[in-house]
Amino acid sequence: MNCTESRAHLHAYLDQELDLPGVVAIDQHLAGCPACKALVAQQLALRSGIRRHAEYHEEPAALADRIRAKIGAGAGDASPRIPRPAWRWPSLGQWLPAGAAAAAAAVISWTAAIQYAGVSADQIVAEQVIAGHARSVVTSRLVEVASSDQHTVKPWLSSKLDFSPPVPDLAGAGYPLAGGRLDYLDRRPVAALVYRHRQHVINLFVWPDGKSARGRPEALAKNGYNVLRWTDAGMNFWAVSDVNAAELKTFAEAYASAK
Amino acid sequence: MTQSRALAAPPRHPSIAGAEASRLDEQSRARRFEQIFTAHLGAAYDFARWLTRDDRNAEDVVQEACMRAFKSLDGFHGDNGRAWLLAIVRNTYYTWFRRNKAEGYSVPFDEDSMAANTSDIADLESSIGSVERILQQRDAKRLVNAALERLPEEFREVVVLRELEDLSYKEIAAIARIPLGTVMSRLARARKMLLQHLQQAQRES
Repeated sequence: MNCTESRAHLHAYLDQELDLPGVVAIDQHLAGCPACKALVAQQLALRSGIRRHAEYHEEPAALADRIRAKIGAGAGDASPRIPRPAWRWPSLGQWLPAGAAAAAAAVISWTAAIQYAGVSADQIVAEQVIAGHARSVVTSRLVEVASSDQHTVKPWLSSKLDFSPPVPDLAGAGYPLAGGRLDYLDRRPVAALVYRHRQHVINLFVWPDGKSARGRPEALAKNGYNVLRWTDAGMNFWAVSDVNAAELKTFAEAYASAK
Repeated sequence: MTQSRALAAPPRHPSIAGAEASRLDEQSRARRFEQIFTAHLGAAYDFARWLTRDDRNAEDVVQEACMRAFKSLDGFHGDNGRAWLLAIVRNTYYTWFRRNKAEGYSVPFDEDSMAANTSDIADLESSIGSVERILQQRDAKRLVNAALERLPEEFREVVVLRELEDLSYKEIAAIARIPLGTVMSRLARARKMLLQHLQQAQRES
């Protein structure tokens, strides 16, 4: 994939509207193209600026009752019904290139499939966490800041995010730090910490939760990956790896007690 | 369901056989509408407010849209009540509001200019970095809202639906009645304009 192709799909990529092959192709391009990568960073900054600052206008308190009263008064009369607007989902593939369209036909957009299957928000995040982990391992985009030094990784992440994730050194516990990178999950930029355990990679995704309550760890397994999530001190933590569930739990305990 | 009582129609001919059934029918319609209405009134108002950029006009649009929604409820069979209601809000804004309330209101809009959205990347690249600085300023909130308000409505609506309502391209396409590809190209162009507005505001301050 070249810059032109990558940029043609950049917004679909940022909006999580690309299918997995499309995402992987762009990830691969970004890994070797600082200019496109900078564009992505700029767009992420713009998006988080909009989401943080744009006004969400609350409706006036009396509006709901005013509308109820009006509808109650008019409901019984014989006013002609307005013909309903043509309500049709547009067909997928109007804008995807032929190759991606074929892939999309097979896979359908997985985000859309999840959204309409009525699954919980946690399951959607779990899918994204696993996809993020798989992507980081399959592509060469495992770390953006490669360092076993927590004092290098933490400031790098803090400078790119509006929060500062705990980055403890767990080499003594058998989980040396490999580095960190930015990722995009749960519709926001998140920190991805990369730890190693023997030949395995553990991705730990961290982002603010807004709630200060401490949440008990929950484990789940899917497609050969183990996922462990917990909350602590207002942060969401999602660890994912192909190590077994017990080892992932040991990692989580080491992380939680060291941070 | 005390809330739905206000929406139920009074029986018009209580003595006529069959009226009871139609009254029950009206009640279940009212209940169904109340569910959608309660859940999505906030989104409807925020969307209308961003379209009209005015508190009072937003209320008028939402009120009219809800009347329309109630009348066309029988034609709605989907499960995405929010997208359905937002589509009616948008339609009300473009047809009823602009015709009756805002004569002569128009926004110049050049759809052709979107065709080449990859040709002018050079100037975008030159601005990388500065947006992050702008968004860290103390008056970032004012700058962002002003930049959004300045967008032509065709672009403003897709950004609001995407970033504030968190809707998918598919939902936005259905609401704005444009193809998926146009959703993407309008978002791309809208974001480019937002960056330009922010940078311009930065230069002027």
